[in-house]
Parts: sequence; C-alpha cells; structure tokens
Amino acid sequence: MKIMLNNREEQFDAQTLTVAQIMEIKSFTFRMLVVRLNDTLVKKEDYSTASVKDGDDLKIIHLVSGG
Amino acid sequence: MSSFNQIRAILSQKTIGIAGAGGLGSNCAVSLLRSGVGKLIIADFDVVSDANLNRQFYFHDQIGERKVDALRDNLLRICPFASLQMHNIKVTPQNISLLFSTCDVVVEAFDLADQKQMLIEYMLTNHPEIPLVAASGLAGWGGTEMLRIQRSGSLYICGDESSEVSDENPPLAPKVNIVSNLQADTVLGILLGDKQ
Repeated sequence: MKIMLNNREEQFDAQTLTVAQIMEIKSFTFRMLVVRLNDTLVKKEDYSTASVKDGDDLKIIHLVSGG
Repeated sequence: MSSFNQIRAILSQKTIGIAGAGGLGSNCAVSLLRSGVGKLIIADFDVVSDANLNRQFYFHDQIGERKVDALRDNLLRICPFASLQMHNIKVTPQNISLLFSTCDVVVEAFDLADQKQMLIEYMLTNHPEIPLVAASGLAGWGGTEMLRIQRSGSLYICGDESSEVSDENPPLAPKVNIVSNLQADTVLGILLGDKQ
C-alpha cells in the first residue's frame, strides 16, 4: 500500500497496517505523540487497533517539552 | 493588499485564547496585541521567577508576581485599551471548555509535552471547529531552518518537533521568540486568510 506519512509518500509491503505497526517500522520512539489519520485524532489506546490502508493520510507529530 | 486599518478592523472582532503565559504565551500575546487582536483570554498558574527572564516577556521587578497579573500590566503598557481576560488557573480538561470555547483560535503555549498533548487531545475531541496552534521543538540555538508549521485539519504545530528542553539544552530567547511568533503569525493567517 501507498500512504502519505507526514506529507511524504511511503510504500509498505502489507495491504493494511495498524498505526502501532507503522510506528515500529518507521521507528517513532518519542513518548508524546499526536496521531491524525485522515485528519481524525487517533488516541494512544487505539494505536494497536486503528488500521491504515492504501491512500490514507497519516500524520505522526512529535510533542517535545519546551515553552 | 489590505491596509493596516483594514487588517485591524478584522482582527479587532476576534478573540484568541492562550493556554500558558511562559516563553511562548507571553511573547505570542504581545505580537497578537500589537497586531490589533480584539480580545485575549490567557490562563496560567505560575509566578514570575528569575529563570524566566531569559526568554519570557517579564521584567526583573516583576519577580514573584503572578504571571497573569504581570503580563496584564505589560500588555496594558502597550495598549491601555486592550480587552484582556486573565485567569490565574491551571488548565485542565475540567476547565478548557469554560476558558476557551468562545475563542476564534486557541494557542497552546505550555512547557511540558504531556500538557501539550492533554490540550491538543481535548480540543480536537471537544472543539474540532476551533483552530489550535501548538508548538513543539524550540530548545537551544541554531537549526532555525528546521522550524516549520505542520498542519492537520484544524491543528497547526510550530517548531522543529525534535529539540527537547533539558539541562544541557535550555530554552533561549531567540528560538523561543521565533516559535512564539510563528504561532502568532499562524493565528493571523487563520484570521485574515492565507496569502502572500
């Protein structure tokens, strides 16, 4: 499948993947994240069930302290 | 092109919420006020300390004052007729709607990442129609070419998303000011329409 990940085109071998699987493949390791799938919020407890399919727009945004 | 008077006429009708009055919030408030935003609603529970003066819009003789009181004084020195609603309160899911549901745009200006996440998740869940301008990644110096604005629906994130504040990488005035003003400029873009 082909998706947009943080505004960049990304290709994966699988037909669908969960948000958690994509995070593991792409090594998103930050503790605090905001995840938006097709502009809808995905909460932490749903990372391992929310499935991403071909054509989806996924944004994984790092939140780091400082202000 | 709009004249500054036309811009002010639009902005004077707008209300902006700012969650946090530290490095991001205090500087963002100044720029929004100078631009002519009609009303600011600002919430913070902290007091001004010596360590804040390296980046926050406060003065040495305000150390020990509540930030919302000190910031009100400073903003009124810029514009004595400013409409300001200051709340000396810790922002929590229990009071976010009460504080900010009447705002045209809300600015996330917290320090800690878990606070940022709390506000973002609450606003996206309960007030998805209100644009939210958050910040992530502004520590240290250099790398300002990495600063950017990511948009996803009504959420805007300003910063480099990687430079985290620590003892070895403290927040410093230049980059904090740049990011707080990226936030203010993003607010103007939302209110006035994207052009230029």
